[in-house]
Amino acid sequence: MAAYRCSLCARLLLLLILLLYALVHSEEIKQGNIHHVRGVNKPQTPAETVERPLEERQCEATEVNEAVSSDAAAHLQDYPGPDSVLTSTPQLKDDFREELVIRPLHSGDIYASFQFRTVWETDFTRGSKVSHYRLFPKSLGQVISKFSVRELHISFTQGYWRTMQWGQPYLPSPPGAELWVWFQDTVTDVDATWKELTNVLSGIFCASLNFIDSTNTVQPSASFKPLGTANGTDHRFLRYATLPREIVCTENLTPWKKLLPCGSKAGLAVLLKSEKLFHSSFHSQAVHIRPVCQDWHCKTTSLELRQTLNVVFDLHTSGQGKREWSLFKMFSRTLTESCPLASSSKIYIDTTDNPQEEQFELSPATPLLSQAVVLGDRRTFSVYDLTQQVTFGTVRSLNVLIRWKSTEGDMLRPLLHAERYVAGYGLQTGEIHTLIYNNHPFRSFPVLLLDSVPWYLRLYVHTLTVTSKGKDNKPSYIHYQPSKDRIRPHLLEMLLQLPPHSVTEVTVQFERALLKWTEYTPDPNHGFYVGSSVISALVPSTVAMSTNITQEQPLFSTFFPCKEESNYFMRVYTEPLLVNLPTPDFSMPYNVICLTCTVVAVGYGSLYNLLTRSFQIEEPNPGLAKRIANVIRKMRGVPPL
Amino acid sequence: MVGVPLWWKTTETYRAWLPVSQIRELEKLQLQLSADVEVVFARGTMIPEQQKKVPLTQTHEEDHAVDEDTALKYRYETKYRTATIMEEDALNKPTAAQADLSLHMLSESPCGSLVIYVIPESSPLLPEDVNVYIGQRRTALLRVGAQTRTAKTIEQLLDHLQPQIKEVLRVMSFSRADITAALSDRVRFHPGSKESIADNMRAFKSSPGYEITFSLLNPDPKSHRLHWDIEGAAETYIQPLLTKMSAVANFSIDSQTLHYAMLGVNPRYDSSRSAYTLNADSLAHVINPVEARLGSNAASSNPVLNFLLYVPDAHHSPLYIQDHHKQEVPSNAFHSPRWGGIMVYNVDGYYGPEAEFPVDININMAKVMGVFLAQLRLLLGVQSSAAPPGFLVAPCGTAGLADWELDRLMWSRSVENIATATTTITSLAQLLDQIGNIVINDNIAEQVSSAVTSLQLAVAELEAGNLGFALQFSKEAIMASEKAFFDPSLLHLLYFPDDQKFAIYIPLFLPMCVPILLSLLKMASEARKKRREKQAKKD
Repeated sequence: MAAYRCSLCARLLLLLILLLYALVHSEEIKQGNIHHVRGVNKPQTPAETVERPLEERQCEATEVNEAVSSDAAAHLQDYPGPDSVLTSTPQLKDDFREELVIRPLHSGDIYASFQFRTVWETDFTRGSKVSHYRLFPKSLGQVISKFSVRELHISFTQGYWRTMQWGQPYLPSPPGAELWVWFQDTVTDVDATWKELTNVLSGIFCASLNFIDSTNTVQPSASFKPLGTANGTDHRFLRYATLPREIVCTENLTPWKKLLPCGSKAGLAVLLKSEKLFHSSFHSQAVHIRPVCQDWHCKTTSLELRQTLNVVFDLHTSGQGKREWSLFKMFSRTLTESCPLASSSKIYIDTTDNPQEEQFELSPATPLLSQAVVLGDRRTFSVYDLTQQVTFGTVRSLNVLIRWKSTEGDMLRPLLHAERYVAGYGLQTGEIHTLIYNNHPFRSFPVLLLDSVPWYLRLYVHTLTVTSKGKDNKPSYIHYQPSKDRIRPHLLEMLLQLPPHSVTEVTVQFERALLKWTEYTPDPNHGFYVGSSVISALVPSTVAMSTNITQEQPLFSTFFPCKEESNYFMRVYTEPLLVNLPTPDFSMPYNVICLTCTVVAVGYGSLYNLLTRSFQIEEPNPGLAKRIANVIRKMRGVPPL
Repeated sequence: MVGVPLWWKTTETYRAWLPVSQIRELEKLQLQLSADVEVVFARGTMIPEQQKKVPLTQTHEEDHAVDEDTALKYRYETKYRTATIMEEDALNKPTAAQADLSLHMLSESPCGSLVIYVIPESSPLLPEDVNVYIGQRRTALLRVGAQTRTAKTIEQLLDHLQPQIKEVLRVMSFSRADITAALSDRVRFHPGSKESIADNMRAFKSSPGYEITFSLLNPDPKSHRLHWDIEGAAETYIQPLLTKMSAVANFSIDSQTLHYAMLGVNPRYDSSRSAYTLNADSLAHVINPVEARLGSNAASSNPVLNFLLYVPDAHHSPLYIQDHHKQEVPSNAFHSPRWGGIMVYNVDGYYGPEAEFPVDININMAKVMGVFLAQLRLLLGVQSSAAPPGFLVAPCGTAGLADWELDRLMWSRSVENIATATTTITSLAQLLDQIGNIVINDNIAEQVSSAVTSLQLAVAELEAGNLGFALQFSKEAIMASEKAFFDPSLLHLLYFPDDQKFAIYIPLFLPMCVPILLSLLKMASEARKKRREKQAKKD
């Protein structure tokens, strides 16, 4: 009996070990699957059509039906456009410009900002069906007209813009993906349209925008005003969402380049090679679509598509200590031609800090200089006009080169700057701190702070404090929309007055919620991202801003419309937060199942044995000596004992 | 005792009621296509004795069994009558085309029906060697042959006419080949000749809508600045056809210009012609690299018909397409089945060698659209079957499509829609039958029953000869059935199969089995022992 028990125990143990192995294995498989799914979740873009096998293509020469061709010939007579070579260029209804701005940064890095702008004199808003595209990409045009979009701004950013080291970017963007859309007021069900739009855009840009849902979408009341011509500013038609987790890579760059009329075949876009662009400290690409005025009276509007790409190269570390860079070093390409479709194609190099070439040397030298008011400051640029053959010189290739002479010189502190962090300990509560710096020596100015916090961080608004210079700073406007669990995030918007030369600290406490087990991300111990806060401000300008929109200006200085001469609009994004939530051991349920099942089974087994076996008193076994003796006796042929 | 029903109730899946018996009936598809044919005798084709017997009606039926589950019955209801005075006037017009037009003005025959006018042998309407004229609408003119004069009774006359009328019907109305092709979704055919397969595969599958995209490919924007008035051309040439076909499907047109778009094949230089040539064999490789740039419509999921106009770059001009016999294709265009068409448009003739680049070039849209229109007809399945000898087919008018061609298309599209919808519905019912724990929501049940109802209506309308309604209902059926079939809640991967459910309980069941099995073994061995002992005792 004891031996039997023992063997049962051994078998059970073996089984348990086997089960545990199976369990661990299945966990691994599960994890693997999840990662796989995340990869797959980047949806197939509809623009990438599936390549079909060649065998299927049975191409046939077309035989034009006599009837049809004669019919077409009959039409020829009343058709106005005869075959001819035009002597004068016909009126083009769309216009394409491309531009590259290069700003040497004081940290030794290089900031390169590409802008491609297509302006199309067409009216999308009036319900007329627009379906014939020339320079404007068809895929975006169809999206705009189908979803009745008035303005669309989408950006994909890898890395964080370091304002204190690099100054202000021409176009700010938060880490990850950001999408904000103004719909036309004819849209009845904005939420459904928004959902469909994000799905289509995720296909076009090959990004995980399909993860935008009501839990990360907000309707800011004041921070995101339309940038184009729009009188209706009813924020019911605005949707804003960020995905701070989104990782930007080549698969996002390729569809972005495909929207350019010249693709990456000619013009400035030949420099956009992903192996170099993504080997950088900061990379941000964006698409902005908005209606703009055609002329000063603004009676008719055109549709503007701006594609921007900003990149900061860290040449200090890759350049083996030499401070010198060129187009070839940055992009591993040089320029040989401009895009033939572009009406203007220019490279600007910021030489404001280098009037006498004491800091760096620029070659080839260019006689063209241009001044522009950018971000409240008058800057001087050296300009290379790519539409002129002269620019390319005798070697038919342009490779702009900068050689530093001194490493000195310091940067003006940016007037507005912000940072954010999470404080507190433990996994129950915490505190979000937002610090906003006003570095202006004597002017105070107002800023709008927008915070969108996911529902699983439960903000306690009664703990909201705003202090500047040790004193309480009461916001003049607060818009707060509390969250609903699993439905919508917190939205907190406030208008703050920043005193001159001060740090304003905004703190708010929160509690971490416990999620359901399916709501955790595949790597829950990495933490959960909270999108950047957005600070929009009208910053006092040191020079008079130009308010004339029709004046020919470089593209990078005309993105945010300027209504007053004395100040300029600016947007600052803080760092995204990474917050740990209480995370359970996900293998626990299966462990528990296995363990309880085993215990139950063991209990059941013993009970079963107890119930089914009949117990008898057995003769005690003869001793070992007796048995051996018996064996010997058997061999000798003597009857056993 | 309480637990079992509770467990049963809580683990039950919701399954709405489906019209299973009606779906079963659909598995056996019995279609009857009815067409009304009117045969009108003009003055001088009948002798008075025969005239007394008319009007009279004949029905003519023909069975077409496709396979054991699908059978078709064609039914032609033929009415014979003499021409009215106004029709006589119309038939006295000098040319056939004019007669056709004025006959059309007199009475508009409904969709799917046909009128055949029998005209005397001496009529000047038709040229010498032509016996049958097929008009732009739903009328045909048929000249009686000399042998009919011998006919005494009307029956004899009709016997003489019958073969010719049949021939006309074969051209103008549904034919066996069309309907068989339309049923390809339902019935798997033994591959016939290569030619017929290519014919069947050329046209797009029936769909509620199509996106037509014209793309101008300019690989060399540095030399050529191309202008095409696609908006006007589409309005002038394509739109009339699409308006006419609006009953069959919805169409949307758009266009784009793609710069630096290259073909996938390097054309070969032919020094004898001082031109570049593309071989018919290499055409298949042309499309793939271009296709990546074409993009699909982001805003709809209808099939896209691509029409590409390729203007070769200055260094590779002129470019000609060669067919299999090394002959230049006169239209310089080709099409790919179920995909679209490509036309090569050479512009090197429009400027001299000393021209200053870039050259502005206006594209002759009439030439381009003639080719694209022909391709569009082919791809949409408008069959232009060769007319038998003695037939004269009127050139299609401004719409690019004759009424009877549209009818033919509608016949085959209705049958195709019905076939597709029945297969979708039956396979959906099969799937739901097989996987027992799929939830069937009310909306799916609703879609399924509406699809079944529309299908029944479509079949009934086909039987009654109302072609327009039949097509409408068949479209509704296909839409409802697809919607039900592709509903995300029917993903069978969302449901655990039973073996996986069992796997979860294995940690409980396996250890519990061990003592039971062991005791069973023991019992068996004991029983055997006992039996042996018994046998031993017996012995």
